Amino acid sequence: MPTFTFTLNGATTTVAAAGDEPLLWVLRDLLGVTGPKYGCGVGVCKACTSHLDGAAFNPCVTPVSACAGRQVTTIEGLANGDTLHPVQQAWIDEDVAQCGFCQPGQIMAAAALLAANPNPTDADIDALENVCRCGTYVRIRKAIHRAAT
Amino acid sequence: MLDRHMISRRRVLAYLVAAPTLTMVVKTIDDFGYGIGLVAPEPAGASPGVANVVDLTDALTLAALPTAYLLKVEVTANDRVVVHVPRAEVGQGITTAMGIIAAEELDARLDAVDVVLDDARPELLWNQLTGGSNSVHSLYTPMRTVAAAARARLVTAAAQRFGVAASTLTTRNSVVFAPDGRSATFGSLSAAAAQVAVPAVPATPKTVDRFTRIGQPTTRLDARDIVTGKATYALDLPVAGAPTVVARPPTIGGSVRAVDDAAARAMPGVLGIARIPTGVAVAATTFDQALAARDALVITWDAGPNAGLSDAQIRVKLEAAAAPFLVPPLGVLAVDRTFNFSFAPHAPLEVLTCVADVRADRAEIWFGAKSPIIAGQRVADAVGLPADKVTLHVVRAGGSFGHRLFFEPAIEAAQVSKALNRPIKLMWTRNDDMRHGRMRPASHHKVRATHLLGNVLTYEHRHATLPVDFSHGLGEALSGVGFDILHAGATQTVFQLTQTVPDNFGVATQLLSDVPLAFPTGSWRSIYSGQTSTVNEIMVDEIARAMRVDPLAFRRQKLSSSRTKAVLDKVAAAGQWGRSMPAGTAQGIAIHEEYKSVVAYLVEIDCRDRANPRVTKGVCAVDVGRAINPRGLEAQMQGVLVDGLSMTLQAGLHIDNGAVREGSYSDYRFARMANSPRQVDVYVMPPTGEPGGAGELGFPAAAAAVANAYARATGTTPFSFPIAG
Repeated sequence: MPTFTFTLNGATTTVAAAGDEPLLWVLRDLLGVTGPKYGCGVGVCKACTSHLDGAAFNPCVTPVSACAGRQVTTIEGLANGDTLHPVQQAWIDEDVAQCGFCQPGQIMAAAALLAANPNPTDADIDALENVCRCGTYVRIRKAIHRAAT
Repeated sequence: MLDRHMISRRRVLAYLVAAPTLTMVVKTIDDFGYGIGLVAPEPAGASPGVANVVDLTDALTLAALPTAYLLKVEVTANDRVVVHVPRAEVGQGITTAMGIIAAEELDARLDAVDVVLDDARPELLWNQLTGGSNSVHSLYTPMRTVAAAARARLVTAAAQRFGVAASTLTTRNSVVFAPDGRSATFGSLSAAAAQVAVPAVPATPKTVDRFTRIGQPTTRLDARDIVTGKATYALDLPVAGAPTVVARPPTIGGSVRAVDDAAARAMPGVLGIARIPTGVAVAATTFDQALAARDALVITWDAGPNAGLSDAQIRVKLEAAAAPFLVPPLGVLAVDRTFNFSFAPHAPLEVLTCVADVRADRAEIWFGAKSPIIAGQRVADAVGLPADKVTLHVVRAGGSFGHRLFFEPAIEAAQVSKALNRPIKLMWTRNDDMRHGRMRPASHHKVRATHLLGNVLTYEHRHATLPVDFSHGLGEALSGVGFDILHAGATQTVFQLTQTVPDNFGVATQLLSDVPLAFPTGSWRSIYSGQTSTVNEIMVDEIARAMRVDPLAFRRQKLSSSRTKAVLDKVAAAGQWGRSMPAGTAQGIAIHEEYKSVVAYLVEIDCRDRANPRVTKGVCAVDVGRAINPRGLEAQMQGVLVDGLSMTLQAGLHIDNGAVREGSYSDYRFARMANSPRQVDVYVMPPTGEPGGAGELGFPAAAAAVANAYARATGTTPFSFPIAG
């Protein structure tokens, strides 16, 4: 079994896995990192959205081999210790979540959007494709605008 | 017939539990004679207005009355208030609502309240069912009672410590204060309070004018856990278990004829393979390995009972089953319409999952169950254990919309764990969930309204669908309080308990016909109302159009409920009903009354791109009697509009030769951000009474308002849903 080393939420991490194993299952089943959720397994629902070198990506369709030597950040690594990331704080301020299952992915997608585009328009926000079955979209939009200001 | 204020006269008594720290429970006592005085609804068709007298909310609340203790509140020595709730949390916010009520009556700090979901408790009989938007309605008085009783004992203990009269003490922020400035925290008083048999101050709940938390917009208690990834769902629990998936047939209800698992067994990481009644299960070290081994199984399938059945044949059966009209058409004065709805999955974002550890003499199950008692009993049956040897932990779940009333995953997980002799973590894939999960059945509706001189003389609605399965405990709950389920059938009983025509439409009849096809059906947010009431609200616009009157004015004229007129007027004013809009865009309006609550939606739609209509704005006014948490209520009303626009415009399932065509969110087109309105304003009306239900309330009005807006924007009334086909 080959091993792969990457930085996971700031810590150097080495894991033995088949190279084509999707990172989602490496994170969840081998490393016990359960913030990224399974919702479809094919990169459509985007509940697993995390950051690879700071950009949003979907671990369910990204083999672990593609992450070697790179920076992986999941929802667990977004805050700075007890200090929440502005997007997390905005999510609380707008009380975005309902069931909460998609929200780690929504927050990571929003954080990546704001990192690349500090003041997104409504049309920019419309481009986010993460599914929220509870229909929290209107509060997600408000929270992104709040975090941008 | 049951009278409504008989329900409100029930006595709710709190009891002290022998424990080192203060632990109170509450029992409800029905003092007008449990079940007596309640008659079953008339046979279908004889009385469409049964729900006007006793409705599903009453029935479920009645079912919840004569049980063992309902709720438990503990005050711990370290100053926490622990509230045990026999319900599921699926995003509806029941844990936050219960925490607010407990904090209100205790005068506790909200951030010192921990709300815990009870394990399955068979002694609760029917009162551990999370459904029918009934939780707040049924638990509001019990929770207030138990928390008020706990507060009275804390105050009494403080009075004894301070040597002052209890009546001079006040409580605030989890602290008891004496007039002389002395104070004691709840935690420090808990042990002494546990010895207070008779409190020295009244243990009755506050009068509503003294509420400081109930009715205040409050952020979810679990908001921080959710945004930091700490909120755990079944597959996130730190419980050992082998990741497991199941190979399922290509068709609904299909079965394994033969399986060759030699190649799969040789795959990396495979820990075991077991044939179960629903397919072939594979356990491995990771889910990816389990999925790969599943795909290496060579299985020959029997197609099952639905082979060859597709949407078109099902539609023919439904149309043939709809009961005939009784009133002949009166020429131009009849408005005859037919409507069709597709099958629809619940598709909660968390797929069905369950963790099971079945041993020779006991089993432990972790499952996001809305019917945990019956789920545990069926698990016991499935693995041959006595029911009391099965412990079922209710785990927070990632959405339900009705999906989690059933428990197939718990049974499967237990079967696999037993067969492989190891704890396992079962996951239905998204394909499994979409193609084999419970779903809202397709339906056909025909409606005839006759009218003369501005009056609707008759209104007949014929609803044909597949039988909605209520065998998750709701049917038993209704039987238990005297409804004649065996005679009328669960579907007819629920239909009559939930369906009303809110408008003064003369002689109104609504009849349900079941077409018994073997599909896995289940209640979908608002059960029959999601179609029946949606159709009725579209018909209101159709009749108004036939009469050439404004749909808002028509509703104002025909509605009898002042509460409903108030929410209608609110959205009309706030949403500027009738404002000038560009061609191809329009407003739509609709109302719904159910669960002792009323709601109105006004939406604006842009259909200038006919292939991609977009709801651009929503305005909602809602009267739930008394909102515990207006912020949570606002979220429900915003979210259900997304449900309504999805199901009306773009999201549904297709059946091809006994199989579900859609497999994921790529082809099941539930709304994304780009399909959702950028603004949804929700107005929570001032309190008008006791709390009613909210979770399902908004759906019919939201769906119908979107359809009505679409009709006004395009000049074409939609009759088949989703409109996209």
